[in-house]
Amino acid sequence: MANCGCTEYSRAGRGLPGIEPGMPLPAGTGLTRRSFISRVSGLALSVYGAASLGPKAFEAGIAAAAAQAADQRILVSVFLSGGVDSLTLLAPTGHSRYASLRPTLAMAADQGTPFAEDPSLRWHPSVASLATLHGEGKVTVFPAVGYDDPNQSHFTSRHYWEVGEVNPFGRWGWLGRYLDRHGAADNPLQGLTLGWELQPSLAAQQVPVATVSRPDQYDFWSPGVWGAVHDRMLDAFGDLGEPTTSDGALRYARAQVEATATLRQQLQPFQSGYSTPPGVTYPNAEFGRRLAALAAMIEGGLPLQVVAIETGGYDTHSNQAQTLGPDLDEVSRSLLAFQRDLEARGLEDRVLVHVWSEFGRRPQENGSGTDHGAAGVGFVIGSRASGQMVGSFPGLQDAQLDQADNLRATSDFRGTYRALLEQWLGVDAAEIIPNASSFTAPTLVTP
Amino acid sequence: MDDPVADAAARRRKRRKRKTKPRCQPRRRRRRARGSDVDSLYAVDSKRRRRKAKRRVCRRRRRKPIRRPPLQPVPPAPAPSPPGAPPEFRLSSPVAVWSGPFGVREAERLLWRAGFGPSPGHAQALAGMGLHRAVAALTRPQGTETFSGAAPTDEDGNPLAPEDAWGHDHLWFLDRMVRTDQPLVERMTLIWHDWFATSNDGVGQQNLMLGQNALFRLHWLGSFDRLVHDVTADPAMIVWLNLDQNTRWNPNENYARELMELFTLGADRGAYTEADVRELARALTGWNEDWSAELGYHNFRFVPSRHDPGVKTVFGKSGAFGWEQAAAMCVRHPLHASFFVDKLWSYFIPVPPSAGDRAALERLYVDSGWQVRPVVEAILLHPQLHSGPRMVKPPVVFLAGMLRALRRAIDTEAWTWLCEGAGQYLFHPPDVSGWDDSRWLDTSTVRGRWELVGYALRGRELEGDALDDYDAAESPEQAVARARSFWGDPQLTAETASVLRAFAAAAVAGPLASWQQRTYRGLRQNALRHLLYFSPDLQTS
Repeated sequence: MANCGCTEYSRAGRGLPGIEPGMPLPAGTGLTRRSFISRVSGLALSVYGAASLGPKAFEAGIAAAAAQAADQRILVSVFLSGGVDSLTLLAPTGHSRYASLRPTLAMAADQGTPFAEDPSLRWHPSVASLATLHGEGKVTVFPAVGYDDPNQSHFTSRHYWEVGEVNPFGRWGWLGRYLDRHGAADNPLQGLTLGWELQPSLAAQQVPVATVSRPDQYDFWSPGVWGAVHDRMLDAFGDLGEPTTSDGALRYARAQVEATATLRQQLQPFQSGYSTPPGVTYPNAEFGRRLAALAAMIEGGLPLQVVAIETGGYDTHSNQAQTLGPDLDEVSRSLLAFQRDLEARGLEDRVLVHVWSEFGRRPQENGSGTDHGAAGVGFVIGSRASGQMVGSFPGLQDAQLDQADNLRATSDFRGTYRALLEQWLGVDAAEIIPNASSFTAPTLVTP
Repeated sequence: MDDPVADAAARRRKRRKRKTKPRCQPRRRRRRARGSDVDSLYAVDSKRRRRKAKRRVCRRRRRKPIRRPPLQPVPPAPAPSPPGAPPEFRLSSPVAVWSGPFGVREAERLLWRAGFGPSPGHAQALAGMGLHRAVAALTRPQGTETFSGAAPTDEDGNPLAPEDAWGHDHLWFLDRMVRTDQPLVERMTLIWHDWFATSNDGVGQQNLMLGQNALFRLHWLGSFDRLVHDVTADPAMIVWLNLDQNTRWNPNENYARELMELFTLGADRGAYTEADVRELARALTGWNEDWSAELGYHNFRFVPSRHDPGVKTVFGKSGAFGWEQAAAMCVRHPLHASFFVDKLWSYFIPVPPSAGDRAALERLYVDSGWQVRPVVEAILLHPQLHSGPRMVKPPVVFLAGMLRALRRAIDTEAWTWLCEGAGQYLFHPPDVSGWDDSRWLDTSTVRGRWELVGYALRGRELEGDALDDYDAAESPEQAVARARSFWGDPQLTAETASVLRAFAAAAVAGPLASWQQRTYRGLRQNALRHLLYFSPDLQTS
């Protein structure tokens, strides 16, 4: 019961930081969430991009873990929370209804770059980095991924993606279920959330998982305690988490204390910092710093298997033209930098990145933004990605949209999960995704 | 040579010298970053710079004595209500009422679930009243809320600026939790903040957030119908869920959807359709406000010309509905009461009510005209609260209770970022569904809670003479007993008591020099206090 919700109440997913970014902040403190977070955590996070210590500094301490992790394949789940507008990312400029559905938001047909696999679509200029990677055959595109009878609630739809089934009552994440079957009882790092809170897709019932915002600052200080007494105190910290109990909340609290104590030991070699290879530059923002840390952690031999990162603020009900481009630009440049980082370290064959959002947005704009839609865009990125589009663009004509005037799905997210489990993680998807065999598994990985 | 006083002083000097290094090392203060100068700090020869920075901290620390915050007066315990109620006073409840003993332990839990834990003496006071009068003391306080002790300040003793300064809104609300004499008022305000979760990340104006907070406090146990009505016209909410962008020409569904899904009816229960979302959005059109560089958003108002006056069909009923009807229809929906009872219950008791209890509470709620007080009273009297499973305390509840136990005022801005690290930055819920009470703890927030306890204990640790003169003969049992008494003797499980006892023995095991016999026992006491309050027992109630 590592991450059991201690209550019988399980909301449909965690939801979306910065769900309604609203107007640019005019008054008060003028702090956006992003600048707030960099204020709070900047001290450690900004170390990520800096050249501090070479990997050698921590290599020694984690030799044992490295021996196990040397050829472990790693899946990174990147969640664009809020429901990213797929019709901006891959603008359907070749479809006649596009301009009338998006009178103010439509991209001109000469902007961006053509999408080679479907000439009716064009990459938005803000995602030029993804276009570059796609040109190298390292991006598999899902132009309209979703599920039948789509739910337009952030929380419900996101929950379906997180639990890997269309079931509002599912409690464990699909990656958590993978770890429950194939993970270890004593390695929290096998399922790592890089962020402030656990990503529900990693919620496991049996095994510990880790959440850490700053992997290089995971120390445990206490006023007026030092030396040998401090060492004993940290032992006792772990001991507090060990005893068994029948009470759900107490068991949950103890399991988390124990996982924290284990993670402290696992991250100890990382406390002195790490570096990014020369020539690789991440955007100076939280998401990029987290990917930079991740690349260093993988090279450092930390025993990672599945990693989840959320980057939010895509719920563009208003002011979409102003806010969406810069956000997409930062995220896609970060993803490109991560790929280049892995290539520089020689790790590119071990890592696959899955990018998803809980839904796309409605083709018909609402004036200055877009409301919740159905099928959306997804990507699988990596040197081992097939680079072959999965499903086609469904079209924008009345008859092509669903009865709520939203985009129809031409691939199912559960088929994506099935393919990732079978082709990348090499396990039987049937024991993790309910009715896995009923979903077509696209070819996502080159052998 | 024979002067024992001079002798002792010389010994102390010698010991201090020996301890200089280790005492400095652990004093690593986490500092808030200040933008890009941090980058430059680490970019250039970061290793040396960092070592230097550490030395600087050490020197400063040695010169500056530890600031010892003064003990605050204990707020008065909730008073029996109505005043002079006889012991046989009974609140009414349509569901089962706890009939077992109501002693200090039960009162402790009641204070955690319906407030912020006991201040010294409060659990004893409530136990003395008996269950019914204790619950009424919380739900029916007499007079206006008062706050005892020192007003909150920043590190330099300046008063807070909750409308303007970053993080001071959080400190302001936290302070009310710590110093109030009507804890359930603040706890219900926190519950409504989670229920109608609005974040300043999207609003960007602390004065609007504080205005909404006042609204929640005003309606704390009043009419939920009135609360939903007022929330729909609340400036922070209007900005947060784009009601101001919802016009007859371009309906914006954001508020309409969350009003039904998260505030009144719940998703996936068959209570409403996607068509209802769109129609309700039309009914809610018309809000607008002004904006100026000086005032930010202001002058919120309903503008008839922006409102869609047409006929809407919501929940199968048709009419030219406006925003007030939209709010009222959601509360009068046949599936609202069950949603309300389940959700309200979940803030106090971690297992859902039985079908029979739910139905009885629904009737109580609807028959009372959507009053919250009778439902909360029935929940606080319920056997499941007093003898059922534990709940994880929300981080700010845990912290406010700890500061109450320590009688410590809000005297640092650090609580803002420390609470964010523990998973609950007030006025910044993660999204419109609020904080997830089923997943408060993970390896990041557990470390955050460790830091909360450490910072709360800062200034109260034994050091200097208190270490030099510590009882060299203190046994492990005595040490644990002393730490328990420091915290007002909170209840501990046998397992946690045994871990603390084992640590107390291990901390002074092995051959120790004579000065270490005293000093290590002092350090052990510091560590025991930290471990005890951090323990899973105290994270839950």
